[in-house]
Amino acid sequence: MNRTLLALPVLALAAGAAQAEQITFVSQGGAYQEAQTKAILEPAAELLGITINQDSAPDAWPVIRTQTATGKPIWDVIDTPTKDCIRGGEQGMIEALDFSKIPNAADLPDAYKSPYSVAYEFYSSVLAYNSDTYGENGPQSWADFWDVEKFPGTRALRNHPLATLEAALLADGVPADQLYPLDVDRAFAKLEEIKPHITVWWTSGAQSAQLLADGEVDMEMAWNGRVSAVIAEGLPVDFTYNQGMLQYTSLCILKGAPNLDTAVKFINAAISADIQANFPAYIDYGPGNPKAYDTGKITPERAAEMPSSPANAALQVLVSDTWWSSAEGEEAQKRWANFIQQ
Amino acid sequence: MSAMTPSPADLHDRRERWLLLALLAPALAIVLLLLIVPLGWLGWQSLRDDSGFTLIHYERFLSDPVYWKTFLQTFRIALTVTLVAVLLGYPVAYVAAGLPGRWGMLVLAMVLLPFWTSVLVRAYAWLILLQRTGLVNSALKSAGLIDAPLPLVNNEFGTVMATIHILLPFMVLPLYATMQKIPKELTMAGSSLGGTPLHVFIRVFLPLSLPGLIAGMVLVFVLTLGFYITPELLGGGRTYMVSMLVSRNIEVYNEWGAASSISVVLMVCVFLVFRLASLLIPFERIMGTR
Repeated sequence: MNRTLLALPVLALAAGAAQAEQITFVSQGGAYQEAQTKAILEPAAELLGITINQDSAPDAWPVIRTQTATGKPIWDVIDTPTKDCIRGGEQGMIEALDFSKIPNAADLPDAYKSPYSVAYEFYSSVLAYNSDTYGENGPQSWADFWDVEKFPGTRALRNHPLATLEAALLADGVPADQLYPLDVDRAFAKLEEIKPHITVWWTSGAQSAQLLADGEVDMEMAWNGRVSAVIAEGLPVDFTYNQGMLQYTSLCILKGAPNLDTAVKFINAAISADIQANFPAYIDYGPGNPKAYDTGKITPERAAEMPSSPANAALQVLVSDTWWSSAEGEEAQKRWANFIQQ
Repeated sequence: MSAMTPSPADLHDRRERWLLLALLAPALAIVLLLLIVPLGWLGWQSLRDDSGFTLIHYERFLSDPVYWKTFLQTFRIALTVTLVAVLLGYPVAYVAAGLPGRWGMLVLAMVLLPFWTSVLVRAYAWLILLQRTGLVNSALKSAGLIDAPLPLVNNEFGTVMATIHILLPFMVLPLYATMQKIPKELTMAGSSLGGTPLHVFIRVFLPLSLPGLIAGMVLVFVLTLGFYITPELLGGGRTYMVSMLVSRNIEVYNEWGAASSISVVLMVCVFLVFRLASLLIPFERIMGTR
């Protein structure tokens, strides 16, 4: 599919019909990229009068490394976990952004930006539970998740330290605004407590949804989009944004991108409040620009379902990609395998 | 060859050898290109890091408990799977070999039928059967046999179950092939000399079926060592097999050297298993060529 998308504009160029500027945009494929095509890419292309070619990579990081290593990059703009933008920038594989050319970035709080990236789309790791098991009084915090006396039942967590260590520290009473830098030892000690009660350490989003849908676990940490999909099927599942782990993917530009100027123009348009406000109509992930909620395009009901709406964002913890891409963060990831197997 | 002028017979031999080599060449080229070269690269990778030659990837086997724990768990699972497959597969092969031709084939067909279903589909089928709200637990509960659901999947038990199911044909087929060739007259002679059925089985039939048994055991054991999808889907994140360690090193840590060293060690383990088995029966019989 990507090949045909690529081929069409190339043919048009060859015929001399199109002299429009163009960029190659990369995201993670699937329903997620299709939603973006309608919500963001088509409106942005129309606004700027440019052609947007698409490619997709479920994990962009290895491709970023090979494309910059060959010195002939093909990609321009990448939608990827912020961590990739930051470590890529630090290793000379991602362009530093000239924010004077991206005026719309002023709408974003500093925490949503890095020298190499701007927030694009928000998702959240939330506490979801079986509403048949707990009724009206489901677990509402990570302390509840750890409380096996008050909330008996099977549990699942993601087989990955990111967001999981944060949850452990919150359960252990660390205030949300003092999480970073993470106290890794304390987090692992707290995780040892809950370990015997974890039935499954899930590895894919699909698996986390299946665990909830089949009633295999009574509560788990899962991505809000996956949980919403299970709820939409009419299954007895509920979740809370309280103490959710707010995460976002960012847009960044590959070092030596063939269409740098157009890429910068595109980023400015893609993060504008007006275009960002299209996201909720197509997918359960929230706009990266908070001003999108002021455009009137997003109903209050829909905003209440979005991870990044100001009311929901206030309940959650913003996961620090800067910390996770630091040496301590990398070390914590290596320690995880040991923890799981002991 | 020492003669100044080769005899016509020598010339003929030499020509034949060249012809045979030419016939083998395409196959050899493929093996060289697709097996020997990548394996060499694997070995090379496992001995290098950014600064050049290093043994660091092998030192991890001693220093990092995750490594030996993973190997231990993998071998424990492989052993369990093999033993249970013997207990389940031997009687099936025995019955199939003892039945008249057509009925024997029917039994074999029933063993083989699931063999043609995707491993993924079977893993999910086991999930549906074994999970907390699955068929097995529901049935046991409604029969009043249990109060709380048993943890049958998302652990080592579920992984072992599904692996046995997938690999059982590899146990039954060599056993059947061997048993079918055991002449009926031998067991009849044993009986007529006064042996009880059990005695005849242990003294006559069992020893004669050993080559098939060992072949089946080696195949099942070695194939289990490399299992990936099944423990990934049914292991609940805690059942950690060697192949998962390889993939984690590449996907999470981007450590090709570490992944290569694990593959090399696993391959050496597999060679050792074959070597041990070949002390008992010739290698060609394990592979079923004789």
